[in-house]
Amino acid sequence: MAYEAVIGLECHVELSTATKMFCACANVFGAPPNTQTCPVCLGHPGTLPVPNREAIARIIKIGLALDSAIAPHSLFHRKNYFYPDMPKNYQISQYDLPICVGGHLDIELADGSAKRVGITRVHMEEDTGKSTHGGGSGRIHDATYATLDFNRAGVPLVECVSEPDMRTPEEAAAYLRELRATLESLDVSDVKMEEGSLRCDANVSLRPAGAETLGTKVEIKNMNSIRSLERALAFEIERQTKTLDADDPIVQETRHWDEDAGSTASMRSKEEAFDYRYFPEPDIPAMEPDPAWVDEVRASLPELPRARRDRYVDTLGLKPEVARVLVADRGASALFEDAVALDAEPVAAANWVTQDVAALRNAAGDNGALTPQHVADVVTLISAGAVSNAGAKQALDASFASGEPVEAAIDRLGLRQVSDTGALGALADEVLAENPDVVQKFRDGKEGVIGFLVGQLMQKAAGAANPKVAQELLRERLQG
Amino acid sequence: MSEALCDLTGAELSARLGAGEASASEVLASSHARIDAVEDRVGAFLTRTDQLASERAEELDVYLSTGAPQSPVAGIPVALKDVFTTNGVRTTCGSRILETYVPPYDATAWARLAGAGAVLVGKTNCDEFAMGSSNENSAYAPVHNPWALDRVPGGSSGGSAAAVAAGEAVWALGTDTGGSVRQPASLCGVVGLKPTYGRISRYGLIAFASSLDTVGTFTRTVRDAASMLQVLAGHDPRDATSLDVAVPSYTDGLDGGVAGLRVGVVTDAFGEGVAPGVATSVRAAIDRLAGRGAEIGEVALPHAGYALSAYYLIAPSECSSNLARYDGVRYGYRAPGEHADSIEMMFATRGQGFGPEVKRRIMLGTYALSAGYYEAYYGQAQKVRTLVIRDYEAAFERFDILVSPTSPTTAFRIGEKADDPMAMYLNDIFTIPANLAGVPAISIPSGLDDDGLPVGVQLTAPALDEPTLFRAAHALESELALALRPPLVLGAG
Repeated sequence: MAYEAVIGLECHVELSTATKMFCACANVFGAPPNTQTCPVCLGHPGTLPVPNREAIARIIKIGLALDSAIAPHSLFHRKNYFYPDMPKNYQISQYDLPICVGGHLDIELADGSAKRVGITRVHMEEDTGKSTHGGGSGRIHDATYATLDFNRAGVPLVECVSEPDMRTPEEAAAYLRELRATLESLDVSDVKMEEGSLRCDANVSLRPAGAETLGTKVEIKNMNSIRSLERALAFEIERQTKTLDADDPIVQETRHWDEDAGSTASMRSKEEAFDYRYFPEPDIPAMEPDPAWVDEVRASLPELPRARRDRYVDTLGLKPEVARVLVADRGASALFEDAVALDAEPVAAANWVTQDVAALRNAAGDNGALTPQHVADVVTLISAGAVSNAGAKQALDASFASGEPVEAAIDRLGLRQVSDTGALGALADEVLAENPDVVQKFRDGKEGVIGFLVGQLMQKAAGAANPKVAQELLRERLQG
Repeated sequence: MSEALCDLTGAELSARLGAGEASASEVLASSHARIDAVEDRVGAFLTRTDQLASERAEELDVYLSTGAPQSPVAGIPVALKDVFTTNGVRTTCGSRILETYVPPYDATAWARLAGAGAVLVGKTNCDEFAMGSSNENSAYAPVHNPWALDRVPGGSSGGSAAAVAAGEAVWALGTDTGGSVRQPASLCGVVGLKPTYGRISRYGLIAFASSLDTVGTFTRTVRDAASMLQVLAGHDPRDATSLDVAVPSYTDGLDGGVAGLRVGVVTDAFGEGVAPGVATSVRAAIDRLAGRGAEIGEVALPHAGYALSAYYLIAPSECSSNLARYDGVRYGYRAPGEHADSIEMMFATRGQGFGPEVKRRIMLGTYALSAGYYEAYYGQAQKVRTLVIRDYEAAFERFDILVSPTSPTTAFRIGEKADDPMAMYLNDIFTIPANLAGVPAISIPSGLDDDGLPVGVQLTAPALDEPTLFRAAHALESELALALRPPLVLGAG
């Protein structure tokens, strides 16, 4: 039977604020265990949480970028459950009155088609500490001890819940990419999935193609990259398809994605689900952001990826797929924009940044010694005929490694093309004089032989002639 | 009997310290002598801080000898209910689960007193996690009422009330969630203030029920209560619920009298369950207010009858969450031995570390917040709370101050109600409404009943109107001129 998958994503985003959500501890990744803690984030008796204003400003920013409504009145709630790495044994989160309500994110798929994914809500909470289990086989079920690191406890965490609007793993991946690019452009989070500053859980259910009602959903956790999200969803859709085809019921449960095994396994069923006993956090007054403040945050919003793509296509004349690749990579996009600001022709600059420059950046893992000026020079020098494409690529490699200006690299490596009509004109005269037969053929109407003459001229110029200029000079003389 | 410094009021001591007629060390020595004389019978303290106090007093004497500005708090021996964190000094909450807990920071309330020169004599006994009305729920020992040693001091701040009544401390801090300052003040014959919710920072007050917990004071006069609040009140950036509202002078208008003051007598608070001796004493006090020119009328708080039920849903709900952190993972008691996993260790720790009343309330609260019951219990209780707030709003349109007994009875015998939680909960029937509404209230002695036990009268004012509360209470106190001293003190040195 043909099924349609229904996918919704819950993404957790650690904000990169200087301090934690409810205390003054530094919010940093990778510090030695338990060095970024205080009585508040360790849940000592008598301590109280005081919300971080900058974190609230940032979630408002995120909400505005996703076209959410900013609630005039929202509450923190306590989510109660026992776990050793949660200092208070409750998490301060939000429940029925989140700060950002509704919204949407427009995504673009590989085939260029667009889709609007609804946002249910975006709410503010705090992160937990980290448990590491040891002894036994190293797995949690037969561990003999656990170590706890509370550096992460109390780090501001934003949860962004999508509507179940996605239908394929590709759409889910596109959504996550777009969300990441949006958050990156907002400068609110490091959005590094490998460090856990962006985390994603997926809800997926199947229903017969064309059906209206939703099937039983399964939540999948532990995807550490966009690629693993796609793989996990593909696996889960296939698993559920087989289950349904065998007339077995889908169990409402939470499943754990095992990256190495490439499969999901049951973590807990609905019956084992926690009753979190949510109730309004009595230690924190309601959040009622001043509308003027919200407007201030709105005014500070940067250009978002979607608008940026549109501008690249509509104003700068880029092809949509080039614009998409550029905008998905903040570093590339910045390099491109800055090169264009230095008067580089946009289409050529975009091609360089998404192709040769991208290859260099990917290989190095960073921008090397490359600056926007290098990119602008490459584009400008090619269009001025001072260097060939191949020569420019060689010069760029050198500049990427050393930071040497492109022109200097061209000269040092002898890549400059001669476009000087005086010098090349003399050579053209020589070529024509040496090849009277070919000249005659041209004049008889076999204009294709000009290629041979250009080749001769290039040889005389030891490869440093601009072929376009060379051909023009020859043609002038032949037709003159 | 020669006069003991520790029996003077804070205002009197401050005057003597300022005039060089007494030193902080002498005042402290007097307090220590009283503790040595009576503490084995009263049992007010869980931890004494003699060494720290002596060092502190010596420092103060050096400071005072320079003639530098002197806070009314400087040199006053103060006791803290053992629910306030004290940096480096064990803080137990009257519980086994925190028997060895030494906080790494000071509560804001204590830090403010300490900063103004108060001298900490010790941490006082209390009902475990402030849950109780008799101090019998302390995991360590009961506290004995200095007026009758076979009777309870009230609770949960029983140790603080007893310490001030007995002269072991001149002032004390307590906490009032449903009456835990005012009720023991009433039973011990001292002044107990519960200010407006949010007026004093709760940072470092180990939470029982966050939306109700209020830092309160024990003193022997209204003026001293005003002086203490002056130092304690104010916004604290560490407590998001502390009010960012200017602090008025609490002592300037104390002598303004009650002429023309509209006083509403809470009529329902004189009915069934109120001991005759209590009703008689409080009515007499009201007559004295009338004699001083107050306009007396009757007022009803129609929903106050539901306040107790609402309180016993809201407070346990919050407590079930607030006390979840005591799990043996990071501090405090940890159940010994091998455990199947960390969750089992946490549960064993809690099973062994908490006493029966705490467990009862955690279970009540857990149930009230459970899926499917939340609306019927917690949700409904919050609605009642709103109605109680409206009752007060309506009452304060007609009256400046409300008057009632603080507690329906005087001090009862140790063990008398220990096995009957419902009878125990009724102790707070007149004090709980002010906590639900967040309004300030004070209990001052109105006299003694036929058994020679203190009776307390409670005055209540609108939110943030502590100045009027103090003015009325001070006028009544002056008019009554009781100067109560428990027999224990009269027999001590």
